[in-house]
Amino acid sequence: MADTKTNTEDFMRMYRQMVRIRVFEDNANQLYLSAKMPGLTHMYSGEEAVAVGICEALTDDDRITSTHRGHGHCVAKGADYKQMFCELLGKEEGYCRGKGGSMHIADQSHGNLGANAIVGGSMGIATGSALRAKLQGSDDVTVCFFGDGATAQGLLYEVMNMAALWQLPVIYACENNGYSEYTKTEEIAAGSITARAEAFGIEAFTVDGQDVLAVNDLSQKLVARARKGEGPFFVELMTYRYHGHHVGDINRDYYREKEEEAIWKEQRDPIVNFGKWLSEEGIASAEDLKAMEDEIRAEAKAAVDYALSAKYPDESEVDMHVFAPTDPATLRPGA
Amino acid sequence: MRHITLSQAVNEAIAEEMRRDLTTFLIGEDVAEAGTPFKVLAGLVEEFGPERVIDTPIAEPGFMGIAVGAALTGSRPIVDLMFGDFLYLIMDQLCNQAAKAYYMSGGKLNVPLVLRTNLGATRRSAAQHSQSLHALVAHIPGLKVAMPSSAYEAKGLMKTAIRDNNPVVILEDKLMYNDKAPVPEEEYLIPFGEAHVKRAGTDITLIATSSMVQVCEAAAETLAAEGISAEVIDPRTLVPLDEATLIESAKKTSRVIVVDEGHQSYGITGEIAGRINEKAFYHLDAPVLRMGAMDVPVPFSPALEDITVPTPEGVTENARKLMSGEMIHAA
Repeated sequence: MADTKTNTEDFMRMYRQMVRIRVFEDNANQLYLSAKMPGLTHMYSGEEAVAVGICEALTDDDRITSTHRGHGHCVAKGADYKQMFCELLGKEEGYCRGKGGSMHIADQSHGNLGANAIVGGSMGIATGSALRAKLQGSDDVTVCFFGDGATAQGLLYEVMNMAALWQLPVIYACENNGYSEYTKTEEIAAGSITARAEAFGIEAFTVDGQDVLAVNDLSQKLVARARKGEGPFFVELMTYRYHGHHVGDINRDYYREKEEEAIWKEQRDPIVNFGKWLSEEGIASAEDLKAMEDEIRAEAKAAVDYALSAKYPDESEVDMHVFAPTDPATLRPGA
Repeated sequence: MRHITLSQAVNEAIAEEMRRDLTTFLIGEDVAEAGTPFKVLAGLVEEFGPERVIDTPIAEPGFMGIAVGAALTGSRPIVDLMFGDFLYLIMDQLCNQAAKAYYMSGGKLNVPLVLRTNLGATRRSAAQHSQSLHALVAHIPGLKVAMPSSAYEAKGLMKTAIRDNNPVVILEDKLMYNDKAPVPEEEYLIPFGEAHVKRAGTDITLIATSSMVQVCEAAAETLAAEGISAEVIDPRTLVPLDEATLIESAKKTSRVIVVDEGHQSYGITGEIAGRINEKAFYHLDAPVLRMGAMDVPVPFSPALEDITVPTPEGVTENARKLMSGEMIHAA
């Protein structure tokens, strides 16, 4: 574990947030398996240290863009279980009134500009948010989450070029979970991933994405530097996806061996390993951590029950929110 | 009243709005010192500086995506897309991101952004610099689409577009940049969704967009000399569309031709004709005619290019046929 000077409260909050993500995903998976959830979803389980290590270095004024595998980013940025489960189930009280679903949850109150169902689709948005910060003299930082698979999209190279030319406060966070949907990353990515950013003169780092303190330590430094105008930065976080590409991707022997999954789960789990460290350091006992998890599981169950019985949006909402209103008063001459 | 070019009108509109709202900025290829290849934006970087008139690399999806992100977080970007043909390059950012953000977020995130680009053939620029692709964007819920037909509309619609809280695509005809029209000195805005009756008439309605308004006005002049009174209507915005004014005119004259420079198949002309058929059917004395560009890639050779788009002569001839009761069937 990295040597990070921080306090007990921070450690416990990071642990709590990682457990909150894992528990959220366990429940989402169950909703899918029991056919209570419309559509499908993509599990973040196994990658918790990435979202939490980064988002714990951010404030609510800092923005993130998220991906189709976005529940972890959403929880880590401060979202509420109840509104998230309602959104997953297409209910009126969801973050997006049920119009977005799992792949489009946005929570602008915490700076989450939204998950994106186009792989690599949010790279421009994150870079634009950083351009806005620079133009308006704001010191907020934007983190662009994307997977290793998205490094194959051309958009990344167009926007990294501009971010570097204009020194924008954006951090490109590449979650390398080893798989581009149903294909090993080594089969889709030639050469080095960090070298892609370095070609633009962007400082690039590789970090163990299963070590929340290592991720957080690096993130704190980069966020502080980005605030001072030293960005952009690129980070490749080495991590692992416990589930398939999506919840329905269950028989995946043809592209990934069960033995490999077992090694990551048994030896590299970010929550288990951080929990052990907390106990060894005398910060929290195993019982404390178990009690915390039980409390979170109870909260999740209550949120799921609430969402299951919550009401769907009224049919009259179907053509609402196509266009944002524009105050007619602003369209008058002299306004 | 003074007469200024369409190019000057656009420039004035953008300058006025950039003075009014400091969250606006221009972004695109060669928008600063070059002022675009058509010189429409000349002088703006001198007034507003390179921070607000931002030259980008040649990377349309990239700067379009950047504009969407800036708009989502509190800026009001005006994106310059050098040629309308490059719409194909930015479709994901425009149609999957900008157009859907407000809806997908249940009304929490909006994208106040203007995409200004152009359309129009007969400039001898061949198939990848001559297309009129407004139907592509008009098809996508969440995008507003404006098409000025003169300098007056170009200024008034641009100002409204910049103040609108949604993504607006505004397409100028690149052959009209030097065309002059009366434009008031004092500030004015043209509301979206209000068609303009350019010329009143009683026998036949010519609904025309962008440069096709000039084409139809010329046709109306010829028809008038023959005793046929043609009404020319410019919808000015395709989204929102002022259907009521079009339907009312169709009911009044009972004959309609819809003229637009986009490809005829699956295009604007069919959409408008369909609405008139649905809502004015019993008032019609003839089928509603569509006149779009031919369904071919725009050819380079002038001998070929000129026959791909509607002309005053073609509109006049079709109007005569409708008036004489001659049934018209597609070849």
